[in-house]
Amino acid sequence: MVFRRHRSPNLILAAVLLLPVLAASQERVTVAVASNFARTATEIAARFTARTGHQTHIIAASTGKLYAQIINGAPYDVLLAADAERPRLLEEAGLGVAGTRFAYAFGTLVLWSRDPAVATVGCREQLLHLGKKHLAIANPETAPYGVAAREFLLDAGLWEQVRPRLVLGENILQTLQFVASGNASLGLIAQSQTGIPALPSPTCEWVVPTRTYSPLEQQAILLQRAADKKAASAFLNYLRGPAGREQIAGHGYLLPD
Amino acid sequence: MFETTSMGPLLLSIRLATTTTLVLLIIATPLAWWLAHTTSRWKPGIQATVALPIVLPPTVIGFYLLIVLGPYGTIGRWWVEVTGDALTFSFTGLVIASCIYSLPFAVQPLQVAFQSLDRRDVEAARTLGASPLDAFFSVAAPLSAHGFLNAIVLSFAHTLGEFGVVLMVGGNIPGETRVISIAIYDHVESLDYAAAHQMSALLLAFAFVVLLSMFVINRRLSRR
Repeated sequence: MVFRRHRSPNLILAAVLLLPVLAASQERVTVAVASNFARTATEIAARFTARTGHQTHIIAASTGKLYAQIINGAPYDVLLAADAERPRLLEEAGLGVAGTRFAYAFGTLVLWSRDPAVATVGCREQLLHLGKKHLAIANPETAPYGVAAREFLLDAGLWEQVRPRLVLGENILQTLQFVASGNASLGLIAQSQTGIPALPSPTCEWVVPTRTYSPLEQQAILLQRAADKKAASAFLNYLRGPAGREQIAGHGYLLPD
Repeated sequence: MFETTSMGPLLLSIRLATTTTLVLLIIATPLAWWLAHTTSRWKPGIQATVALPIVLPPTVIGFYLLIVLGPYGTIGRWWVEVTGDALTFSFTGLVIASCIYSLPFAVQPLQVAFQSLDRRDVEAARTLGASPLDAFFSVAAPLSAHGFLNAIVLSFAHTLGEFGVVLMVGGNIPGETRVISIAIYDHVESLDYAAAHQMSALLLAFAFVVLLSMFVINRRLSRR
């Protein structure tokens, strides 16, 4: 096979010469983000790029996985965690820059279903009569939303009753997938997920009272390798600034004071 | 809160692998026999289908199973109507998934063994008045012993090491679908490395013993 050269050599030369100039003024920020916040972070990053010209690179995974990657030297500049514990551990280990840790959002739980059978009963009622139906929650051993789900169920006095019908998602994304695909009739998911466009329309949706579970505080931290990277600090400032806050609230999160 | 001992998930994995292996022997034996002797023009197509799980990532198999076995899927809906319970997130669902996932590991060793049989041995039994089934069990099967051994050990071991498919259709239910690979993954995720080490070592030792026994028995068989 023969490749023909279409592009003008001058254009390529110009691009090659310009590249280092662009790179100096506009840096690339690698953002490691907890899966529940990935969609929000992608939108925030797009606006941030439009405003500042700094490119962003979003890496989404569970907080536990990102944490393990960071302590093993993963090249991330910023961590947007799903909890407060992992950023604190990173700060203590010297892998996060001291004093850069802040709460950027508080997650909220929603009981959700697409099961037609639940439509007349309502989500909350259905929880009392699961029968052979499954309730999907995130794994309390690995996911903050799972801890919150367990706290709510314990608070409601339903934990022992629903336990045999629980299915555990590896993270909140898989939990959503279990209930959105109809494999689980009910699911305790993040409110931020209810806005996902591809989601089938729910037959019921019930916002779990926030007093029934410990706050799902999500913290961000600047990582040590980006300590002197201006674009990374700029991204965190954008996140906690008015524009970032508006986008976070728009995705179903509560804001820190 | 959940079961934290190492033995529970390991025993569940062994139960899953044993059940899968038994079911696979029933399915794979006639299939391998047919593949070994047929001249049908469908043979390459069937062979390719059987070998698919070797090539496909577990996520593809898991994704399709989640859809087909789920309450809105063809098989899943029928299952719910008959039994009242969902097929996904159940031990039965895992057995079905594992049988598909490990099918080539049962069929291929058997097919190779059947192909290397001397047809005259089987034909001699037939001329002496044995029924086809009788001839198979008294002549062909014993002569293919190492093929059966390989099929059993490989299906068992492959199911024991299953992770991706179970992660997608299992739902992580203790005693039902939380097999040892999932339990180890959870411990690593929650930074409980001590428990992860304990379970991994247990699985490592067990897998080594299983494979070692296979090679020891195989050597004895080939010396005979």
